[in-house]
Amino acid sequence: MMLSKGLKRKREEEEEEEEKKEDLEVDAWWLDPGHPAVTQTPPTVASSSLFDLSVLKLHHSLRQSEPDLRHLVLVVNTLRRIQASMAPTVTLPPVPSPPIVPSVADNLLASSDATLSTSIASLLEDLSHIEGLSQAPQPLADEGPPGRPVGATPPSLGALDLLSPATGCLLDDGLEGLFEDIDTSMYDSELWVPASEGLKPGPEDGPGKEGAPELDEAELDYLMDVLVGTQALERPPGPGR
Amino acid sequence: MGEDTDTRKINHSFLRDHSYVTEADIISTVEFNHTGELLATGDKGGRVVIFQREPESKNAPHSQGEYDVYSTFQSHEPEFDYLKSLEIEEKINKIKWLPQQNAAHSLLSTNDKTIKLWKITERDKRPEGYNLKDEEGKLKDLSTVTSLQVPVLKPMDLMVEVSPRRIFANGHTYHINSISVNSDCETYMSADDLRINLWHLAVTDRSFNIVDIKPANMEDLTEVITASEFHPHHCNLFVYSSSKGSLRLCDMRAAALCDKHSKLFEEPEDPSSRSFFSEIISSVSDVKFSHSGRYMLTRDYLTVKVWDLNMEARPIETYQVHDYLRSKLCSLYENDCIFDKFECAWNGSDSVIMTGAYNNFFRMFDRNSKRDVTLEASRESSKPRAVLKPRRVCMGGKRRRDDISVDSLDFTKKILHTAWHPAENIIAIAATNNLYIFQDKVNSDMH
Repeated sequence: MMLSKGLKRKREEEEEEEEKKEDLEVDAWWLDPGHPAVTQTPPTVASSSLFDLSVLKLHHSLRQSEPDLRHLVLVVNTLRRIQASMAPTVTLPPVPSPPIVPSVADNLLASSDATLSTSIASLLEDLSHIEGLSQAPQPLADEGPPGRPVGATPPSLGALDLLSPATGCLLDDGLEGLFEDIDTSMYDSELWVPASEGLKPGPEDGPGKEGAPELDEAELDYLMDVLVGTQALERPPGPGR
Repeated sequence: MGEDTDTRKINHSFLRDHSYVTEADIISTVEFNHTGELLATGDKGGRVVIFQREPESKNAPHSQGEYDVYSTFQSHEPEFDYLKSLEIEEKINKIKWLPQQNAAHSLLSTNDKTIKLWKITERDKRPEGYNLKDEEGKLKDLSTVTSLQVPVLKPMDLMVEVSPRRIFANGHTYHINSISVNSDCETYMSADDLRINLWHLAVTDRSFNIVDIKPANMEDLTEVITASEFHPHHCNLFVYSSSKGSLRLCDMRAAALCDKHSKLFEEPEDPSSRSFFSEIISSVSDVKFSHSGRYMLTRDYLTVKVWDLNMEARPIETYQVHDYLRSKLCSLYENDCIFDKFECAWNGSDSVIMTGAYNNFFRMFDRNSKRDVTLEASRESSKPRAVLKPRRVCMGGKRRRDDISVDSLDFTKKILHTAWHPAENIIAIAATNNLYIFQDKVNSDMH
């Protein structure tokens, strides 16, 4: 019995021309063999639904307290492949190698790709930051003589080192602010600003909504919210799994 | 047992000895020791169960060399990392036996973060006749002691004692996927997603980092280490595989840091079968040197490949494990089955290779005759001492009576872990929480 937690797939007719290069065949083999759809040439799955699926997998992977790095890397690489194939006709700077800083002048696809990559990148960076603090050998391993003998005693950590960059900023503001202003709601919103700055896509600023029609703002905003939400979720205590 | 004749052809006459239900704990690793006398399994609950082969006895020909439980112990416990608010799983990822150097047996077992060296000893004698203590161990009243006696060793029921001798902790930031003992019997290596460390078996407070593929910026991360192994004879050589399907053979004598490989084994992508999932299915889940040391065996999602150490451009042999899944990759991606990591194994003479698949099927390929067989590990399909029947998966079209349709395969029944006895045709198959041990009985009566 096949375990298939399927997503509803949208079949976009206009996608099929774009996909001649990357043909993905999925025959609907779980259907009744007598079904006419099965006996015909299997339809190509719309890249957009595969993209959605991959994004969902990425979310799920990043949501784990300790993501499976192999799974994460494979999903990210697959996602980049799918993205690259979704706008083959649009001429833009090389999409597969995403720019570090999203340029406002880029079109929607490039900026969302960069945004996505930056989000992934920042999360992976946080991951390595947190990993690096808790594991003894890691900081020592990056320096030292060839062969890199690694000690087992953990380095002493300052209290602020334990915080991610986002909350570090909060404390900087908060120490003075606490004495000046007792309204804490300002700092609640402050919590979100440093994390989401630079991650929010600026489709309104872009030259226009050209490119893949599938990447709409609502999807991107949702993605950003979840990713930002993920950062907040990493800090509470308790078993992560 | 005529091993030479057995290995010339695939023999379907496998008998099933026992099936051991380890209380719903999923088996996560299986490993024979160097003589094949002992078989260790690790499970998700952090336990190790060791089986020992009973010596063959003429009196009971049917219990010829069967495996019975020898020892059970808790190797790893669940841990909580307070700094990261994370639970560290106690699941045993790998077990590797050390070559036996005295009466005791030793093995390394590892979970995601910590490797432990366990010593297994037998006690079958007990001293009796102490002067100061009585039989229960209580101190004697000295006034009752009138003469001195020499305590003697009396036989007792065999007791197997297991003790942790070394704990190799804090060596890995990421999850350990492999350990491998060096042929020098003094060192071993452990690999996680991004790094490989070299340890001395006697030293627990330090290790040497010999491979580091962590990029300066984690956003540049595109590849992880998936498996690694020392060469069986050359103590300076080891191989590690990647999620992109490449193998890197490294020489520890070339440099202290083996980030630069000596040889890179990579097969160019076949443009005709390229898809979004090409990279995922090319990810190598297991790599094993042949006993001869001349070849390497790799397992990726759909195939097993044999590589010649002298040829980097492509494998010398490729065997399809379940090519009927090639058109189902999208669904398998959806339910995450495409990320399953199957292991592979050589037989003792390197002529047959084995790997697991879905529906409790496992496959064997004879390298000489190019014949292959699909067998099933399940209690429903075989009674004890029965001969295993070859199975067939059909895609459609003409279907024979006992064929399994690809649509009715059970993808929750995966055989990820298999092991082959180092010398004889005995295999151990882990099917979720069941262990199957099959022996090849080539007997003129059976045919």
